[in-house]
Amino acid sequence: MTRSTMTFRRYLVLAVITLTASCGDTFLSRGMKSLGPVSLAHPGALIHAIFSPWVATGIILLIGFFASYLTALSWADLTYVLPASSLGYVIMTLLAKFWLHEHVSPLRWLGVVFITAGVGFVTRGPSWTDHSHRPPPAHDEELAAEVRP
Amino acid sequence: MSHPQAILATVAMIASIVLSATAGDILTASAMRQIGDLDLIRAKSGLFGAAAAVVTNGRFGLGVVCLALSFFSLLFAFSHRDLSLIGPAATSLTFVTNALAAKFFLRENVDHRRWTAAIFVCVGVALLAF
Repeated sequence: MTRSTMTFRRYLVLAVITLTASCGDTFLSRGMKSLGPVSLAHPGALIHAIFSPWVATGIILLIGFFASYLTALSWADLTYVLPASSLGYVIMTLLAKFWLHEHVSPLRWLGVVFITAGVGFVTRGPSWTDHSHRPPPAHDEELAAEVRP
Repeated sequence: MSHPQAILATVAMIASIVLSATAGDILTASAMRQIGDLDLIRAKSGLFGAAAAVVTNGRFGLGVVCLALSFFSLLFAFSHRDLSLIGPAATSLTFVTNALAAKFFLRENVDHRRWTAAIFVCVGVALLAF
């Protein structure tokens, strides 16, 4: 059985996953660059890094990402959620270029086109496929009917 | 970064991120499938009920340990290499390993459309490394 259980609110959850993941990773990178290379001989430096402002903000964003990611996994397949939220890599590339001033070559822009095409492919298909041991997740209107007294 | 030892170190950093992230993703996805639709649980038991259903699941706990391992591997890699190399390389490989693991462990129906999407995203993310 395959079906789409997507509603506007669920697409919004995918958008939150996309934004928080890309911004969170960029903040982590910015923080770790300012702290300098961590030696394997001193792994405690990684714990120290958690309390630096950039890394801490990155972690807060990634906690938001994780909460929305878990919500999405409760009503959609992993192989749907991952590609559908991959526009985050495009945002990450833009942030790396314009904020962290990393070089972005024409091949990277081609990569952006491929990712966008991949997102287009998967979001046009069903979000949920056959799982014999549990029923498919509800649409919002079914959910409303379920909890209505 | 043309020195063989530097290349080997980069490969090891990326491999540790990919393997721990895949294990974490599969375990958390499996836990969420076991728990059920969070929207439905939240509607019945409230936000705390939904949170409790998630954090008391053993498979979820194990998944979080793997994801934490992946996170620290990522932090370590970011301190040695560029975001634009580690980010795309690790995540593109994770796409393929996740699709394979979801097919075999979660029994997801990874049809042509999803394989095409995974390959397009994988190629696209890999191109971001250049």
